[in-house]
Amino acid sequence: MFGSPADVASELARVRYLADAATATTVYVAATLEKPLLVEGQAGVGKTQLAKAVAEATGAELIRLQCYEGLDEARALYEWNYKKQLLRIQAAPADQAWEQTHDDIFTDEFLLTRPLLTAIRRDRPTVLLIDEADKTDVEVEALLLEVLSDYQVTIPELGTITATRRPFVVVTSNATRELSEALKRRCLYLHLDYPSPEREREIVLAQVPEIEPDLADQLVRTAATLRTLELKKAPSVAETIDWARTLLALGIGDLDETAIARTLGVVLKHNSDHARAAKELGLPDVPE
Amino acid sequence: MSLLDRHVGFVAALREAGVTVSVAEGLDAVASMRTIELVDREQLRAALAATLVKRQMHRPTFDTVFDVFYPPVTGESAAPPSPGQIPDRDPDAAHRDPDAAHRGPLEDPTRDRIREALAQYLRDGDERVLDSVARDAVAAFGAVAGRAPGQTSWSRMSVLERVSAQTLMAGLLEQVLRGEDRGGLAERLARTTINERIALFERRVDVDVRRRLAELTDAESVARTSVRPTIERVNFMGATRADLVAMRREIQPLARRLAARLAMDQRRHRRGQLDFRRTIRASLSSGGVPITTVHRPRRPLKTDLVVLCDVSESVTSFAHFTLLLVYALREQFSRVRAFAFVDELDEVTRFFTPGGDVIEAVTRLANEADVTWILGRTDYGRAFELFAHRFPDAIGPRTSLLILGDARSNYGELALPTLAELTDKAKHAFWLNPERESIWDTGDSRASDFAAIVPMVECRNLAQLGDFVRGLGQ
Repeated sequence: MFGSPADVASELARVRYLADAATATTVYVAATLEKPLLVEGQAGVGKTQLAKAVAEATGAELIRLQCYEGLDEARALYEWNYKKQLLRIQAAPADQAWEQTHDDIFTDEFLLTRPLLTAIRRDRPTVLLIDEADKTDVEVEALLLEVLSDYQVTIPELGTITATRRPFVVVTSNATRELSEALKRRCLYLHLDYPSPEREREIVLAQVPEIEPDLADQLVRTAATLRTLELKKAPSVAETIDWARTLLALGIGDLDETAIARTLGVVLKHNSDHARAAKELGLPDVPE
Repeated sequence: MSLLDRHVGFVAALREAGVTVSVAEGLDAVASMRTIELVDREQLRAALAATLVKRQMHRPTFDTVFDVFYPPVTGESAAPPSPGQIPDRDPDAAHRDPDAAHRGPLEDPTRDRIREALAQYLRDGDERVLDSVARDAVAAFGAVAGRAPGQTSWSRMSVLERVSAQTLMAGLLEQVLRGEDRGGLAERLARTTINERIALFERRVDVDVRRRLAELTDAESVARTSVRPTIERVNFMGATRADLVAMRREIQPLARRLAARLAMDQRRHRRGQLDFRRTIRASLSSGGVPITTVHRPRRPLKTDLVVLCDVSESVTSFAHFTLLLVYALREQFSRVRAFAFVDELDEVTRFFTPGGDVIEAVTRLANEADVTWILGRTDYGRAFELFAHRFPDAIGPRTSLLILGDARSNYGELALPTLAELTDKAKHAFWLNPERESIWDTGDSRASDFAAIVPMVECRNLAQLGDFVRGLGQ
């Protein structure tokens, strides 16, 4: 997939995802060892974006499994198309033996593949994104284990389906709960943190090319300062980018106290955070 | 030592430091080493971290052990000269000259040179300069007398004191702001940047000091002594200022995790009584066979919480953390009332306005709450009497009463009957004690007297606090 960690970094940069050296190395190792990559970190630091960027950079198709509470096998792995099977049975000629019908209805034609199975069966480059794995119940994790460790799925009626071409798997988690040890053991682990101001400036410039470099610089340093305050929700990278777009749309060329006070709602989403930021940064009151 | 031996020693040191590394993960690490350029230290670090460390909480431990086992340089200056290298340096001079540390700061050219280079880094943020500055600083000022006469050892304190990076701040701000008005936003931003770089410099000094120590003895023992407990396990009572700040940062994420957990737990236990009518109705579509049963939703039972906390000097940080966490989780309880006492009692609920800033609330509590009477020494007996007398309606049959304190009563009255009355009225009552269970009942601690009435729980760190609060919400 990739030639070296530096290659990963440049390929990802081509699709405007600026990875730091640790991220690039980890992605490279995961791709080379063909192991799934578990990515954790605050909301909005680019976990999902990483999977998308890898897919785009390698020309692979992205298959996404969005996890939620109550996700089950039928939505994640595969399901038999009962209605179609029923039709098939009813439409069977009267003289056909049951054995034959039975064999007929458990074939590919009646199988509804869900993201996990789809990713395993594809013979073209694939990136499988299992998003927000911490939202699922513990039982679903067990389901993931077979897929993640051996890249295979066992369907009782059909046997075991093994991947002909292993997908690059990215599992993301917001760490609302600890994933099981068994799952973690099978994955490589990457914790994405807020980027350094220098890198974040590059990211803003890459995502919002129209912005003045000086303004971007002010912007990321302000964001970094906001993150040092004890806020309920610190501004994420995604929010910094939104902020840059907002400033651009409003035609603000200099991020001074008044400009920050006017646009703070883009990055801080809690009333108490506003109050704290206004106090700590000495922002003026802005009439609504 | 071969690479394999090093790796095995490294994994063993990680395990000893409390990072769980399975055999399979160790093998993955070796496999990953074969895919990367081993000469690139940061690549090696990233590859090993990805394969061996599966919790961010363990990452600082990993970095400490990694820096000891895979040092960037060995000896005095085995590093290839980099473009940022400080010129004209004689690495051994300061350290051979025992008087260097005793000379006044003004007459020390080495110190001036290092501070100048450090200032340059703090201003421009060039990482290559950082590495050589940190190494030079340790070489120049890190050597201290070892335990045995004639031995040298290395000390981070000695380096940081002599370099005193914070004193560079004023000059740097002057340069960066270039006449812009002080005290404003620009200064605040510049300060954040410089402070972050200073922290980075201090970390590099740590790394270099540990590396030198490891060369004096061996990597295993240095790794063992320099690993610090993760922030969730740091003791409330013995925490340093830096620890306290880090712990406060952990409160919100912890609260978020706990809230998600509690909501999940409550939903799971929510299956109530069988709804007979709706089950039969649903069974009509399957020919009268009740395939799926329908249950009445259970009424969510939220706990009414009364927190009674000792805010005297010795346990104040513990009380603050508990209040922070309880208020961060306010949505999980139907009502929270908080009372603080030393030898006077005051209701402090008013500081915690909904949607308000919890940290500011705790600061205001410390300054404004009326909690001291005459002596300002904890008097549990008086506090319980006052509480029972002034707020007789605070505790109802649905209330959980939470008492926070170290049970050290300064040999005063205990008012046990009053406490028993309060406890009887409440649905549940718990006493959280921030002291280690083994020192309960020593000195003036009356832990077991209280524990006979109120179940007492040891709660020394964020992890224990989180576990307890989670149990409380159910």
